[in-house]
Amino acid sequence: MATTISGLDRREFLRVTTLAGGGVLFGAYSASPVSAGVLEGSEPAADFALNVFIRITPDDLVTIISKNPEIGQGIKTSLPMIVAEELDVAWRNVRVEQAPLDTERFTAQSAGGSYATPRNYDAMRRTGAAARHMLVAAAAAMWGVPASALTTVSGVVLHGASGRRATYGELADRAAAMTPPDLANVPLKDPKDFKIVGTRVSGVDNLGIVTGKPMFGIDVTLPGMKYAVFGKCPVFGGKVLSANLDELVAEPGVQHAFIVPGGDNLAGLLGGVAIVADSWWQANKARRKLRVEWAEGAHANDSSVGFAARAARLSKSEPEVASTQDGDPDAALAGAAKIVEAEYSYPFIAHASLEPQNCTAHFHDGQLDIWAPTQSPERGRDMIASTLGIDADAITVRITRSGGAFGRRGNTDYMVEAAAIAKEVGAPVKLVWSREDDMQHDFYRPAGFHYLKGGLDGDGKVVAWKNHFVTFGTGGRPDHGAASMRATEFPARFVSNYELGTSFIPYNIPTGYLRAPRSNGLAFVMQSFIDELAHSAGIDPLELRYDILSAYKAAEGSEGRGRILDPARMRDVLQLVANRSAWGKVELPRGTGRGIAFHFSHRGYFAEVVEASVSNSGVVSVNKVWVAGDVGSQIVNLSGAENQVQGAVLDGIAQTLGQEVTIDRGRVVQSNFHDFPLLRLKQAPPEIEVHFLKTGAAPTGLGEPALPPVVPALCNAIFAATGKRIRTLPLSNHDLRWT
Amino acid sequence: MSVTFKVNGQSTTVDVSSDTPLLWVLRDVLDLKGTKFGCGIGQCSACTVQLDGEPQRACQIPISSMEGMEVTTIEGLSSDGSHPVQQAWMEVDVPQCGYCQAGQIMTAAALLARIPHPSDTDIDREMNSHLCRCATYLRIREAIHRAATIVVTE
Ligand code: FES
Ligand code: FES
Repeated sequence: MATTISGLDRREFLRVTTLAGGGVLFGAYSASPVSAGVLEGSEPAADFALNVFIRITPDDLVTIISKNPEIGQGIKTSLPMIVAEELDVAWRNVRVEQAPLDTERFTAQSAGGSYATPRNYDAMRRTGAAARHMLVAAAAAMWGVPASALTTVSGVVLHGASGRRATYGELADRAAAMTPPDLANVPLKDPKDFKIVGTRVSGVDNLGIVTGKPMFGIDVTLPGMKYAVFGKCPVFGGKVLSANLDELVAEPGVQHAFIVPGGDNLAGLLGGVAIVADSWWQANKARRKLRVEWAEGAHANDSSVGFAARAARLSKSEPEVASTQDGDPDAALAGAAKIVEAEYSYPFIAHASLEPQNCTAHFHDGQLDIWAPTQSPERGRDMIASTLGIDADAITVRITRSGGAFGRRGNTDYMVEAAAIAKEVGAPVKLVWSREDDMQHDFYRPAGFHYLKGGLDGDGKVVAWKNHFVTFGTGGRPDHGAASMRATEFPARFVSNYELGTSFIPYNIPTGYLRAPRSNGLAFVMQSFIDELAHSAGIDPLELRYDILSAYKAAEGSEGRGRILDPARMRDVLQLVANRSAWGKVELPRGTGRGIAFHFSHRGYFAEVVEASVSNSGVVSVNKVWVAGDVGSQIVNLSGAENQVQGAVLDGIAQTLGQEVTIDRGRVVQSNFHDFPLLRLKQAPPEIEVHFLKTGAAPTGLGEPALPPVVPALCNAIFAATGKRIRTLPLSNHDLRWT
Repeated sequence: MSVTFKVNGQSTTVDVSSDTPLLWVLRDVLDLKGTKFGCGIGQCSACTVQLDGEPQRACQIPISSMEGMEVTTIEGLSSDGSHPVQQAWMEVDVPQCGYCQAGQIMTAAALLARIPHPSDTDIDREMNSHLCRCATYLRIREAIHRAATIVVTE
């Protein structure tokens, strides 16, 4: 049986069903599912979509279905914690299951944009609370007592007056017959009484991880499975003219070698040669013999050097598009006591998730089964459907754990490749990219160039700020994935005479979201330039930041709740990090310096201080990082939260120290970890202090916003240590020696 | 070629081309998926196993050199997570994505077998060959110290 009731003024409802083998399933649905376009830049229609499933069985086990992909952000642990809290069960009795792609049931199923917590926090609480309410009602009916006389503790309903007790498992069948409460008004716990949320909970998959269980996409094995590699043109979007397929099929173990024509969409199925063998090693070994004549296309002479030269030329002219103008920056500069000019740029960088892209596909009887480590299962399914002409309903996508993603797996090129190969071969096929494929066919963090002019008055106030921003695009618009700036991007509204103009370079490099997209480059530019202004004015960099934050002018209209930097919240985290690090109060030896920076992104407020040392020979080491963050009223899983923040900080340090993808002759130069260095243990400081400032705001996500400030904080520390101002990344391109 | 060696205590014979790396034999022939592929060139150590007790990169070891050897993979450390290093890893909640962790644990276990109470310097030296893209490094240090205490109390 099933009972359904609607929330009065919301479009969500709880559906309760008895299970065939005993037990009950609580499902909270959204009546009009929002679309899955949730990556950065496409805000969901509402702050949350209800889509929670809880199963309670007679053995007292509570199974919570986790609908979002787990990519290392800890969502498979933290969202169930919220449900368990309001349901009032012991965490040890909770099991978490990964849901397959099923947008009919689950609405948006994706990972990215740090959206999962803000979207789901309230919904998870309400569903857990509603389920608890029905279990209590079931006990009340059974015992003939008012529900108000009952309490719950760790999955047991208690009647204090009589001492009667019943476990949720015992009540499960009866609960299904109760009337569901109105989700909009179901009473919630006072956060003071939380027992699970806000504590440290070890990841639900940790046992599997430490014992080496096959959980990742690359671990999928099917009976009769073949292994594939796919060689694409090193120049993006190049096509195969001819290939030595006959030689390839003669190689040991090789079953098939064929050309996939591919299209022109850099995010879709591109041309290449598929080699399918009995083992991956055989397929990859045969690939060494692959000889292809490519049609490389019009971009085979593009290069990073060329892009930079073009940006420099463009900077000499007026911006192509006048993006934002407040006040009269030119007049303010003319009247300024001091003018500071600087050119900043940041390079393309790769995601380099440790698990290379891979996907397993099986096409049989008109049906396609897909197993994929993906942030966007729905997008992958739809791309496969439209590219290969398979009905989306005939495609089943199973979401595996991802060995890192950082935004990379929001693109689904590897899924459509596996599907195309499997469709040709008939047998189940696992496509695994080599590291070289992964490095050279990424959707890179886009490079960007900024030509800045700042004006200071006699008191050291910032009176003018001009930014000629050069990014990639055509027709006066950034291409998809290229760097872009919102009109409201800091310091807009904080400087009374402010101008942002944009110019564009055409290009053919696949770019996309990388952890804290846009912000990971913009914070470096804005927060480094503020540092330059402070030093030029002879003002402490912290003081100038306070100053700028206090100069905020609210604009008319609004971009939406939570989307615009609230100066008071930023000031508070800045103050907190300054206090914790004893900013300005510590004597440091020569060659050691501290830098400070803040940034707002993904609704999170972060201010960070880095202390770094530069040896005489120019080697940079990070001694310590202090982080203060405000992501609202509640940290869900303190352990996961600190892990994310520390990881994001170290990620930013790695980018700053040595990461760069360079383009030469239309190709990516770097190929593996020897020339695209990830951070190593020795480079990690002994300590990263993380302080969360709890505020009244709704809880928001943590996967991304801690990253951006560390990049300029480190560069500012290097300036403090050496007097060398870093205006291009990475640091490995700079000579930092000193005597 | 046919090669006979011990995997997690069991004698095993495989018949593959002589240059096949141990990594792919473990993963695709013996279906031991815990040992991971990250780079294939000895840069990341995700593929670390113990060969006669020493941490080694399985992507760099041709199967032809395995005759008579004894290899321990993450599955052989303990299948129930009872090894002190595995316990410490769970207590400290080290993993983010978890992909690198099997390799990290194999080296950490070998380190602790040799140096029961490693210093931070020991840890930095021994673990530096391992990449963790999620950068769980602070917790790796902490978990190795924790594991050292678990070894002692048992
Ligand atoms: S896969 Fe063996 S060292 Fe990276
Ligand atoms: S936990 Fe993701 S690579 Fe280490």
